[in-house]
Amino acid sequence: MNINTTKIISLLFFIFSAFYLYTAYQIQVFAFDENAPFNARTFPIYLGYAGLFFSGLKLILPDPNTIKVEHKSLEYKKTGILILIAIIYGATILKVGYFLTTSLFLFASYYFLGERRWILMFLLSFPFVAAFMYLLHGILDIYLRDPFLQSIGVMG
Amino acid sequence: MIEGILIGLTTALTFQNILMVMVGCFFGTIIGMLPGLGPMTAIALMIPITYGFDPATGLILMAGVYYGAVFGGSTSSILLNAPGVPGTVATSFDGYPMAQQGKAGKALAIAAWSSFAGGTLSAIYLLFMAPSLSKVSLSFRSPDYFALMILGLTAIAAFSSKGQFLKAMMMVVLGLMLASVGQDSLSDITRFTFNNMNLTDGISFVLVVMATFAMSEALTIILKRNDPTSAAKQVSLTELGSIKINKEERSKMYKTIPRSSVIGFLIGVLPGAGATIASFLAYGMERNVVSDEEKEKFGKGSVNGLSAPETANNAACSGSFVPMLTLGIPGSGTTAVMLGALLGFGVQPGPRLYMTNPEIFWSIIMSMYIGMVILLILNLPLIPYIARILAVPKNYLIPLILFFSVTGIYVMSFNNFDIYLMIGIAVVATFLRLYDFPMPPLILAFVLGGLMEENLRRSLLLSNGSWEFLWDRTLTTCILATTILIVVWHIYKTFKRKN
Repeated sequence: MNINTTKIISLLFFIFSAFYLYTAYQIQVFAFDENAPFNARTFPIYLGYAGLFFSGLKLILPDPNTIKVEHKSLEYKKTGILILIAIIYGATILKVGYFLTTSLFLFASYYFLGERRWILMFLLSFPFVAAFMYLLHGILDIYLRDPFLQSIGVMG
Repeated sequence: MIEGILIGLTTALTFQNILMVMVGCFFGTIIGMLPGLGPMTAIALMIPITYGFDPATGLILMAGVYYGAVFGGSTSSILLNAPGVPGTVATSFDGYPMAQQGKAGKALAIAAWSSFAGGTLSAIYLLFMAPSLSKVSLSFRSPDYFALMILGLTAIAAFSSKGQFLKAMMMVVLGLMLASVGQDSLSDITRFTFNNMNLTDGISFVLVVMATFAMSEALTIILKRNDPTSAAKQVSLTELGSIKINKEERSKMYKTIPRSSVIGFLIGVLPGAGATIASFLAYGMERNVVSDEEKEKFGKGSVNGLSAPETANNAACSGSFVPMLTLGIPGSGTTAVMLGALLGFGVQPGPRLYMTNPEIFWSIIMSMYIGMVILLILNLPLIPYIARILAVPKNYLIPLILFFSVTGIYVMSFNNFDIYLMIGIAVVATFLRLYDFPMPPLILAFVLGGLMEENLRRSLLLSNGSWEFLWDRTLTTCILATTILIVVWHIYKTFKRKN
């Protein structure tokens, strides 16, 4: 059996399905439902077995269309930085508020992707987010909590 | 039906809804022209904006985006031989050679008129077929629905990626597993939440769509060092030439359009098939029915060869609305996204939609026609200008896609757990995409998960736990037989390829 990344993904999926199936069997159902033809754990149990079946088949059967990915040509650094920026965004949005966090998120993303036209970067972050916020909050009536804007008295 | 058409027209022709069709077509054309970013991403990005609208307006906007994206894909196929969406690959076979002969404007005009005619004819087919199908589907019972969902998931797995059936089936199972997180709909027992309160209501549909399409596509572009905007930069520099179609070319189109629209519509109706298969089939059929002299021109700039796939792919878009509107079961990944959005509005598509929300049902159908007219007006004269807008550097495009994805999730739940969950799912989806694991089956399965469990539950309870319900009714048996045929056909094809 030829081991390639697709097989490794299938193996991971097989393990995941086994864990899912184990967890499905642990679902607590009401006593009167225990022997019912269908209860809260029935469908997940079928899904667990289906996951084991398909990933098992993928593991066993030969793979005629092997996918080869040139890892050296992939841009891991920039992708990783973007993901990190998004995580920081998630961590700060509730405390700082939508406007400032989102504007900084956009500004930082432009910067790390290699952009250096500062005025354009600024225009496509702070005023852009303000306009979008106005569209959501002012026109479409979708509430956006913003402690920062509240602290400087822009939002009520 | 006349009353329904009038209701639809009254809703679709309001200023707000016409504006939404225009915005949708325009935005869809832009996204469709960018290779890699298809209609599903475009629609996913639109979801947060539709929160403030009523269901009819929201769906009209999304439908406009869908047609626009398909037509936008044709433009890059014709001018650059770089199809923006898979459904327009066949368009490049004759469109690109025409552009190389200095007839790019003519090729775009043929594509625009064919799309318009295909879309219009299929909107008419839909107009007549959907109400009757809605009535027929009222006789469907739980076992039939369950079987139909199995068929839809198998079909999308079979057709969504060539030679990757098992990978697609794994994605189907993963989608169903994600849908099972949260409270059980009947007993309220929580499942797979691991005592996390944020998961009690389950994983949001918008979150999964944004993560697997918008965000993951943005990450893939960066990871693979692609530049989707480079195509647009070239389009804006291309000389288009005349957009006039002469009498001889028109007469060829008159014959091609009706037959290709029928193929496109019927393929679109089938679960899992869609614009890509429809356009290839229409191209193949057209080649078989034309004269030997015309056959020689195929692949070298044939009018029939360009008109057929363009008619069929737009007709298939309208056709794919049939299962969604009449059965409440989406036939494609794109309509699955729309179904999810409709459920978010509190509207349950299906046979009763025709009776309970006629304004939504009819306004979608009528807006399709209006969308076609707008696409025609928008695309022919404005293509070079749209392309210029598109020449935005990817350094701006990617953060903006990420911005719309993250904002979409934040305004929905106002908690950061969903943002982390989205990032997590997007990272996994990006990695899976690298190894050709298709995402549309996952989305369709996620949308159908709850409905599938509900119908299986009802069927099993009614038959006292026996699986006999699968062959008790002729309809259920026929649907399951079709599913088995699809699986057997795939196994046969795999063995044939190996030998």
